[in-house]
Amino acid sequence: MSAWRRFLRQPLACAAAGLVVLIVLACVLADLTAPYDPIKQDLLAANQLPTSAHWLGTDSLGRDIWSRLLYGGRVTLSGSVLAVSVFTALGLPLGLIAGYRRGAVDRVLGRVVEVIFATPVIIILLVVLSVFSANLSAAMITLGVLGFGSLFRVVRASTLAAAGELYVKAARAAGLSGPAVLRRHILPNLWGQVIVQVALFAASAILTESGLAFLGFSVKPPDPSWGSMIGEASNVLSSHPFQLLPPGVLIGLVVLSLGLVGDGVRDVATTRRGPSPAVPATPVAPAVPVKAVAAGATTGPGTGSGDAAGAGQGPVSGSGQATAAVESDGPPADPGLAGALGTVGRPARSQALMPAEDEGDDPAVWADQRTAGADPAETWLTVRGLTVEFGPPGRAVTVLSGASFEIRAGEVLGIVGESGSGKTVTARALIDLLPAGGRIAAGSVDYRGDQVRSMGPARLNQLRGGQIGYVPQEPMTTLDPVFTIGSQLDEVVRRHDRGAKAARRARALELLDLVRLRDPAAILRCYPHELSGGMAQRVGIALALAGRPQLLIADEPTTALDVTVQQQVLDLLDDLRVQLGMAILLVTHDWGVLADLADRALVMYAGQIVEVGPTEAVYATPAHPYTRALIAANPATAQPGQPLPSIPGQVVPPGSWPRGCHFADRCPLVGPACLSDPVALRRVGPGRASRCLLTDGPADWAGPARHESVALEVTA
Amino acid sequence: MIRLLARWLATSVLLLFVVSALTFVLISFAPGDAARAILGAKGTVEQYEELRQRLGLNDPLPERYWDWLSGVLQGDLGASIFSNQPVSQIIASRIAPTLALVVGSLLFSALVGVALGVASAQGKGLLGRLTDVVSLLGVSIPNFWLGLVLVTLFAVGLGWLPATGYVSFAASPAGWARSLVLPVVTLGVGGVAIIAKQTRDAMGAQLASGYVSAMRAQGLSERSIVYKHALKNAAIPVTTVLGLMFVGLFSGTVLVENVFAYPGLGGLVVRATAQHDIPVVEGVALTFAIFVVLANLAVDLLYGWLNPKARLR
Repeated sequence: MSAWRRFLRQPLACAAAGLVVLIVLACVLADLTAPYDPIKQDLLAANQLPTSAHWLGTDSLGRDIWSRLLYGGRVTLSGSVLAVSVFTALGLPLGLIAGYRRGAVDRVLGRVVEVIFATPVIIILLVVLSVFSANLSAAMITLGVLGFGSLFRVVRASTLAAAGELYVKAARAAGLSGPAVLRRHILPNLWGQVIVQVALFAASAILTESGLAFLGFSVKPPDPSWGSMIGEASNVLSSHPFQLLPPGVLIGLVVLSLGLVGDGVRDVATTRRGPSPAVPATPVAPAVPVKAVAAGATTGPGTGSGDAAGAGQGPVSGSGQATAAVESDGPPADPGLAGALGTVGRPARSQALMPAEDEGDDPAVWADQRTAGADPAETWLTVRGLTVEFGPPGRAVTVLSGASFEIRAGEVLGIVGESGSGKTVTARALIDLLPAGGRIAAGSVDYRGDQVRSMGPARLNQLRGGQIGYVPQEPMTTLDPVFTIGSQLDEVVRRHDRGAKAARRARALELLDLVRLRDPAAILRCYPHELSGGMAQRVGIALALAGRPQLLIADEPTTALDVTVQQQVLDLLDDLRVQLGMAILLVTHDWGVLADLADRALVMYAGQIVEVGPTEAVYATPAHPYTRALIAANPATAQPGQPLPSIPGQVVPPGSWPRGCHFADRCPLVGPACLSDPVALRRVGPGRASRCLLTDGPADWAGPARHESVALEVTA
Repeated sequence: MIRLLARWLATSVLLLFVVSALTFVLISFAPGDAARAILGAKGTVEQYEELRQRLGLNDPLPERYWDWLSGVLQGDLGASIFSNQPVSQIIASRIAPTLALVVGSLLFSALVGVALGVASAQGKGLLGRLTDVVSLLGVSIPNFWLGLVLVTLFAVGLGWLPATGYVSFAASPAGWARSLVLPVVTLGVGGVAIIAKQTRDAMGAQLASGYVSAMRAQGLSERSIVYKHALKNAAIPVTTVLGLMFVGLFSGTVLVENVFAYPGLGGLVVRATAQHDIPVVEGVALTFAIFVVLANLAVDLLYGWLNPKARLR
């Protein structure tokens, strides 16, 4: 019954169904509903436009068009019902048999249907009509026979699929007879698709019947049918064109309504569940109840400070402030809570020291990060308060909240985190290439002095590929399947180098050579499906390198590859970095990959950066409980005989982020202070920062929930 | 390539056989037969029997079919019972208008349908809704009725275009084009609707695919991404629809040619059917079937050109 309710929730389909029922009833009850005798002539009242006496006017013999439509509908509709009956009587059982029995029966029926599909239906119908002297029933039965293939194919496919389901196999194994299996287990899942096909066929039957009637192969005059009324109207077309409208519009309305009903039923039959929230690239996990706190915190904290984190906001430099500003907390959105925090012994933050990078992150963190790289000019990419939203304005969901980091000349920065942490969104936002529905809501991305967010389309296209290369996640789906590798490489090369054809080809070969593909000339002639995953990924890297970028974003470059190929691709990336002097932003969920390649690691969780620092230091002494859990869950470190380590619980989906620490509901150390306010990134060592209230530094890992003492230590 | 051709040939021969045999068998059941139709109500029983004998109507059905089929294989489609004119000649004289109509409608549906579909896949908004309306109405409105409405508006009302008939290209290229506009639009609107919807769905899927975002990341122009890459990929499913549509277009000529008093095969077959002129009906049915079979081959080849994975080696 819930299917009924889902159908009733579609106003257009319901209205259409209602209209069809209404028209059918009016025609069936024509004796009651029609104001006039449909064949009674009144030559004095011929060819009238609509009047109060004749709602739709009269035809050339003075007959009431409205009454003729109602009586004529009986002919058209009963003919269609006949065709639909034959259609269903053939298509449903034959489809069931073919799908259930398979084998020879299936093959023969499939062949028959194939031939019928290529038959010019109307010619056969004309022949039948001539044979049975304009007997419309015979023609409509033939139409059903010639049309059953569409229902047959749908029913057969569903039956075939259903018969492969385990519960159906189990029922058969338990000795249930074939017909019983069909009736009990297969048919109930079919009704939706059957109704769709029946509605569509009924629509086409009405059109066909009308066409035949228009040609004069239906009822004999003066009896009406919808199609023959169009024929009659066409005789007075130049003098009384209005008469064309009523039958044509009525046929169109009925056919349109049947189509809408079909669409409505299809929607019900194909979507088993309600629509899921449209947050791309984020698997919507069943919401883990977030402890007590998140009242009303639908969007992540910190979005409000986005403007302040914009381009003009110069970072506070100089490490001298680092010690002065060690302590911080989230923006005091709720004064009551801020006050409450104050009683725990925290002084209110000094506004002068708060550059509002993002959600009150410690400015010293960024100063520290920066000064660790010797020359500020060597910072190629500077990201400040980057915030990304998905969905329509007003109902937007924040998926990345105030990320700030930089990438320096020639370094490999690794972003690591579970699925749904916001890694890929972060990477793609750098070149303003978010999936449909996503946009940068706040923050700035500065590439060597140029603001990415204020670039026009032409400049942006130049940045993409020209200065920042991007290697996407799935090598096989990121190449256009219908063009050769040579053609695709040439197009990208042409975009960056305007050379002659021979020069471009040389460059393409050079690029393939650069990614160490053997026999580049042969690869140029290949289509993507002729390559292995590893080869495709090398081509993907070659495409990204075509514009000689200084920064390469590699988004999970090895995830889709075989383990043996993974290492080769990683080695290649590392070599290319040295050879071409590029910086690389490496997105991964694998600590092994990270440790292999990255100079610095950026750990993300639920749309936030939770830890950043030199890779070895972070790996050896993780400062954030999430980082620690993530490292512990690395399958490479698993002990034989022990269950694979994993982090209990799931990533909080965007839209359900708590007000406080995003990791709180999975954290072993969680305490009340974690839940009340947004947590800021704090400096925890040279070039290191962590978004945790409870851990003071890399070595500080003893015992659970020591928040009180931590708070005191921090103030001290 | 060889395998594709062999498979096509096998299916085609089967199809041609089925269509011709089916038509033949059905016609033989006719209660009113050709002899009666020729003689009308005035003929005597003797005349009737004599005519039946002469037309071969008394022979057993398989024998008659075999006679006809062996004639066809030698290029002889028989002669019209009424005019005694060779069927191949009648068909030859009427094939050009029908081909012009069908090919014109196919081009019209493909061009307008793809344009609408691509435009609406890119920017939803107004164009998307227009495509929705067109694709709903296009398949709901009876095309013969639409033809009459167009005649009322553009021929009777505005006088821009001829209401009926066909002008041969040789006689007047401009007149030929003008005589084609209304029939082509009438026959093609349903196709526009179907192709617009298919193209929009296919383009939507392609524009959301991985290679499109990878190409954007490579800095390729939006024009190349949409019109070169996404469109060629989206054309693969649309081609399949185009093939199915072709059969429908030939059926459609029967009605549309009647609306426009258009001197093609569709009008011919309606008249021949009413007269039980079996050789003519058979000939037209066979001609239609041959065109359908050729169209299937064209679609298969186009499909292979578009989709490298479908190419048989």
